[in-house]
Amino acid sequence: MSDANLRLRTLVGHRLFWPVAVLVAMLAANTIYRPGFLAIEVNNGHLYGTPIDILRLSAPLILVALGMTLVISTGGIDLSVGSICAISGAIACLYISEAPDQNNLGMVFTALAMALGVALVLGAWNGVLVSIIGIQPIIATLILMVAGRGLAQLITEGQIITINSGPYRAIGLGHFLTLPLAIFIALGAALLIAAFTRRTALGMIVESVGGNREASRLAGIRSGRVVFLVYVVSAACAAIAGFMITANVSSADGNAAGLWVELDAILAVVIGGTSLAGGRFYLSGTILGALIIQTLTTSVYAMNISPQTALLFKAVVVIAVCLIQAPAFRAKFGRRRRGTPPPPAPSPQRQKEEVPA
Amino acid sequence: MSVSSLTTRPSWAKLPRRQMPVLATLALLLVMYGIGVSQYQAFSNVQVIFNIFIDNGFLLVIAVGMTFVILTGGIDLSVGSVAAMTAMVSAWLLQSGLPALLVLVIALLIGPLLGFLMGCAIHFFDIQPFIVTLAGMFFARGMCTFISNASIPITDGFWTTMSQYRIGDPRGNFVSVSVIVAFVVVLVAAYVLAYTRLGRNVYAIGGNPQSALLMGLPLGRTRIAVYTISGLCAAIGGILLSFYTLSGAPLIAVGMELDVIAAVVIGGTVLTGGSGYVFGTVLGVLVLGVIQTLITFDGSLNSWWTKIVIGGLLFAFILLQRLIGIRYK
Repeated sequence: MSDANLRLRTLVGHRLFWPVAVLVAMLAANTIYRPGFLAIEVNNGHLYGTPIDILRLSAPLILVALGMTLVISTGGIDLSVGSICAISGAIACLYISEAPDQNNLGMVFTALAMALGVALVLGAWNGVLVSIIGIQPIIATLILMVAGRGLAQLITEGQIITINSGPYRAIGLGHFLTLPLAIFIALGAALLIAAFTRRTALGMIVESVGGNREASRLAGIRSGRVVFLVYVVSAACAAIAGFMITANVSSADGNAAGLWVELDAILAVVIGGTSLAGGRFYLSGTILGALIIQTLTTSVYAMNISPQTALLFKAVVVIAVCLIQAPAFRAKFGRRRRGTPPPPAPSPQRQKEEVPA
Repeated sequence: MSVSSLTTRPSWAKLPRRQMPVLATLALLLVMYGIGVSQYQAFSNVQVIFNIFIDNGFLLVIAVGMTFVILTGGIDLSVGSVAAMTAMVSAWLLQSGLPALLVLVIALLIGPLLGFLMGCAIHFFDIQPFIVTLAGMFFARGMCTFISNASIPITDGFWTTMSQYRIGDPRGNFVSVSVIVAFVVVLVAAYVLAYTRLGRNVYAIGGNPQSALLMGLPLGRTRIAVYTISGLCAAIGGILLSFYTLSGAPLIAVGMELDVIAAVVIGGTVLTGGSGYVFGTVLGVLVLGVIQTLITFDGSLNSWWTKIVIGGLLFAFILLQRLIGIRYK
C-alpha cells in the first residue's frame, strides 16, 4: 500500500507529470467532443489529420521556445524573438520576390542564409547589450522588440510581400517521409540543442551561469560569453521559425508575422517547468509546453470560438500551471490539507496517512 | 569656496545625479520641440502641445500607474488589455441601458479588482510578475472579444458630453476633459509617491525588498497595492480611451503596454526599481507624443519610423542610465 502510494507520489512529483497530464486531458476532452479528432488518414502518400496539424503548426513555436529555454535558463528573457521572426521572414521573402526565378533552389538558400545572417547580427546585438553593457535582459530585448517591428515594416515598406516559390513554401508546408517537413526541422533543432547541451558540459555551464553568474565567472566559466551565446542561438531559432511562419502563408507581413510568439514561447517554457529565475532548463518540458499551447489553440478553433477569446483559455491554463508549479502554492495547499481537518472532503484517507508521517 | 565644497562635491554637482535621467529627458524634449518649431511654422501653435495631451491623456494615466509598479521592481503587462476591457465593458453596459454613473463605477472597479488579484498571486504564491500579468493581459483581451467581436459605439449623453466638451481660452485653444483628469491623476500620484507612507514604502521595496522587509515595512500590502493602483490607472485610462474614441473595440490598445513601459523608462525610472519620478513619466509620454507629432508634420516618413525612433531612444536612455552609474544591484 505504502509502496504504491510512494510510487504514485514519485510519478506525480515528476517534473513532466503535470504538463503530460494537461496535454492528455486536453486531447481526451477533444476526442470526446469530436470523436474524429485523433483520426489520421493517408492521402497522396502523406499523413493528414488533426494531430499532424498540431505537430506541424507547433513547429515554429517549438523552435522559438527552445531558444527561449536557453535564454531563460541563464536568468534572462528574450522579448525580441517575434520581431526577429518578422525581420528574417521579411528579408527572405523580399530577396525571393525580387529574384528572376523564384523556384531556384540555390537562390532560396541564399535568401535563407542572408536572413539568418541578419538574425544572428540582431541576436549578437541583444547579447552585447546584456552581457557586455549589462542591461537587464527584459529591457535590452524590449528595444529590439519595439524597433524590430518597425524595421520589419521598413523592409517590406508596410506592404505584405507575396511570393510564389516552391522550395520556400516547402519549409512550412512540404512533406518528408509522409510527415510535414516542419516537424523534422523542429525535431532536428531540438536534437541538436539537446546534443550540445546534454551531451557536453555546455548545458551545465549555461545552468551554472543562470544560478549565479558571478560565482560561475570566478569558477572559471566565461559567463559573458555564455550569455552572449544564448541570445545568438535564440535569434537563430527565431529566424528559422520566421521562415516557417512566412512559408506557411507564402507571404511576409511585417506587422503580423510572429506577433506575440514571444509570449507563447515564454509560456511554453514556463509550462515545461523551467523556472524564470534561471539555473535549470528542461528541453523536453518546453516541447511539451509548446504542444500544449498549440493543442489549446487548435481545439479552441475546432470549437468555433474566435481566436481572440482563445486567450481567455490560455490565461486560465497559464495561471493553473503556474500555481501548480509554484512551491509557495504547493506548500500552502499542503498545509491547509493537513492543518484544518474538517473542510476538505475529497481524500480523508490520505490525510490519515500523512499525519503520522 | 567653502569647506564643504572641498571635502565633498558641491551640492549643485551632486544633486542632479539622481535626477540626471529626468533632466536628460527634459533636454531631449526641448530639443525635439525646438526642431519642430524651427522646421514647421505651425508647430509653435500652443494647440499642438494641447493636442499632444489630448491624444495621449489615457497613455499618461496608464503610465503613471505603471510607474508605481516599476518603482517596486515589478512589471505590469496587462495595462493595455485592461484599458481595452474597461472601454469595452462600459460600451457594452451603456448599450444595454444602464445609467452612465453606475457604468462608470462598475468599469472603474474591474481594473483594480484584476490588479488586486494579480498582486495577490504575485505576493502569496511567489510567481513572477511577468507571467502573472501576462496571464492578466490574455484574460482581459479574451474578455474583450468574449463581450463582442465587433466594436460597440457609445451614444450615451454623458459620454458624448465628456468627449466633446472643450475647456479653452478665447483664442480658440482648448483641452478636453481627459487632459484635466490626467493632470489630476498625475498630481495625486506625485503626492502619494513623495509625501505618503505608501510612497516611501514603494521606493524602499524597489531599492531592496529584503532590507525593506527586515525594516518591518509591509512588503505584501505595498506590492498588492501597486498592482491595484496600476489596475485603477488602467481602468481610468480605459474610460478616457472610451471618451476619446466613443466606442469599445476589442482590439484597441494592442501593444500599448510597450509604449507605456517605454514612456516610463524614457522618463528616467529605473527598471529594477527604487528610482524615478512621476514627473519623468509625464516627460516620457510627452517625448512619445512629440515624436508622433513630428512624424505627422513631416508627412514623408511612415508610421513605422515611430517604432524605430522609440526603440532607439529606449536604447539611448538605458545606456545613459548605465553610464551615469545608477547602481543596478
